[in-house]
Amino acid sequence: MLRVFSFFIFFIFAAGSQAALKIEITEGAEGAEPIAIVPFSWSGKADAPENVSAIVSADLHRSGRFAPLPEKDMLAKPSEVEKINFKNWRILEVPYLVIGNMNELPDGKYRVVFRLFDVYRAKQMTGFAATGTRGTLRRIAHQISDAIYKELTGERGAFATKLAYVKKLPKETNPNRRYWLFTADADTENEKPVLMSVNPIISPTWSPDSTKLAFVVVRGSGQSIYVYDVKNNTSERITFSKEKFSAPAWSPDGKQMAMVRLKDGGADIFVMDLKTKKKKRITRHWSIDTEPAWSPDGKSLVFTSERGGSPQLYEYNFSTTKVRRLTFEGKENLRASFSPDGTMITFVHSEGGKYHVAVMDMATQQIRLLTKASHEETEHESPSFAPNASMVIYAANYRNQRGVLAAVSVDGGVHQRFSYDKGAGEVREPAWSSFLD
Amino acid sequence: MKHISKLLIALSVVFIVVGCGGKEETKESEPEVKITKPIKPVEETVEVVQQETPPPQDDMVAERVIYFDFDKSDIKAEFREIVKAHANYLSANPNKTVKIEGHCDERGTREYNMALGERRAFSVSQMLTLQGVSKSQISTVSFGEEKPEVEGHDESAWKWNRRAVFVYE
Repeated sequence: MLRVFSFFIFFIFAAGSQAALKIEITEGAEGAEPIAIVPFSWSGKADAPENVSAIVSADLHRSGRFAPLPEKDMLAKPSEVEKINFKNWRILEVPYLVIGNMNELPDGKYRVVFRLFDVYRAKQMTGFAATGTRGTLRRIAHQISDAIYKELTGERGAFATKLAYVKKLPKETNPNRRYWLFTADADTENEKPVLMSVNPIISPTWSPDSTKLAFVVVRGSGQSIYVYDVKNNTSERITFSKEKFSAPAWSPDGKQMAMVRLKDGGADIFVMDLKTKKKKRITRHWSIDTEPAWSPDGKSLVFTSERGGSPQLYEYNFSTTKVRRLTFEGKENLRASFSPDGTMITFVHSEGGKYHVAVMDMATQQIRLLTKASHEETEHESPSFAPNASMVIYAANYRNQRGVLAAVSVDGGVHQRFSYDKGAGEVREPAWSSFLD
Repeated sequence: MKHISKLLIALSVVFIVVGCGGKEETKESEPEVKITKPIKPVEETVEVVQQETPPPQDDMVAERVIYFDFDKSDIKAEFREIVKAHANYLSANPNKTVKIEGHCDERGTREYNMALGERRAFSVSQMLTLQGVSKSQISTVSFGEEKPEVEGHDESAWKWNRRAVFVYE
């Protein structure tokens, strides 16, 4: 079997994308599974509107679980079942083969067909046909990646999901609208602005069903929380600056929101009923209590508090109203968020004057460091789980005022960077959506 | 450092009109100013106000920024005189209002720093009220780590970013 240790492999996204996005696998897992993704054939009037097979290849590569065969190494490029000679792939010791085609239909839509084969058994494992428009082809590509990932790993893929993040643009190029809130596909393509603001935008967070996005705008008059409705493209302000509220966190049923009131030097956690807008106070302590995260079973909130002298993670239990300390290792531990199944939290861990990403097993309270900020970096911040809990996405801040998105596999084996063109600004606070279907 | 602050003209107008309404205030009187009804400023009054708005004269009041230690919100001894000067100025000018902005360096998370900045701003506000300034003259806001004074990733920048700023409007 071909063993691939992908170290400093650069992958440039294929044509059809304007963003010139680059994903760099900075550290790969040993034994990523080889897979051949043959470029899909195309029949249509002009050039193909999206390079679907390239998107699939990039998705699988990015997961760190797969090592797509370079196109130049392919002995043949079949797009129909009858054309496959499995020997061509066995010689290369590639156990899995993906073929497909895309056709332009008379009504201007596109039909995409893909099939995944077990090379040694010469047997189709999965496949589907989908019809879409120019605007949905990328989504179809990510769904193909999801289907392949599911078939070969047994776990649900998280390629056809969304990210939200904040970008701070340089003052020189963007004097009046420095802060942008974006949503984008999980590969950061298909970026859509939600809000532009001269005021800082912080703490974007998806509702559990990912139909809404809560965030905070920081004005001279104070912080207020907004809820953006993705489908209707509307925003509602839910707190007003007479009282300053920040750090929103949705309840698992999406009906309540934990938030932090900043008042008289204190920071305390409240829970708001989103229908009545009534708030109930949860913590009452002279120290800073902030960054609540609601457990997926709805039973507790994990939050950051410096009641013990330094910022550490604590858990508030709704039924007992008791608070217990969760972290004891490290100088500081902050900004926790739960894995979708509630068995883990990911958070920021401070050690040696820098901030790194860590996870904790909630049952054993064992901490594991997933990243280590390098010499050029100042901190890793805002970690957020993929909906299938395979990866954690975070923001990496560099000394040269740049901030980029980065991700790490939950086992710590695969590290990747999403980078933008120079001058694109500082990318912050990624939040990964739930599954969208 | 800015030496002359802009005063909130509209607010001053309101107070001056209140003054004209017969409620003579002296310097030593209680700083609490009660507005019983909303008063519409008229254009002529605005002109008068623009001529009569004096900038704070005290040298210490000209100092508008104080600095903090990492993760701390207590006012360091070297900055107490500045805060006291602002307290004296505000007590002597009960129609003036100040907004205290709390800021942090980039270390730590954004929301934690938002809370820390709030605490720094409150710490200044508390010292002002202890010196006799009316709470109604003070508002506080935190910008956390979002508005650094100096861009940079070491103590040479951080020390200027952990700050509280007096903003007279």
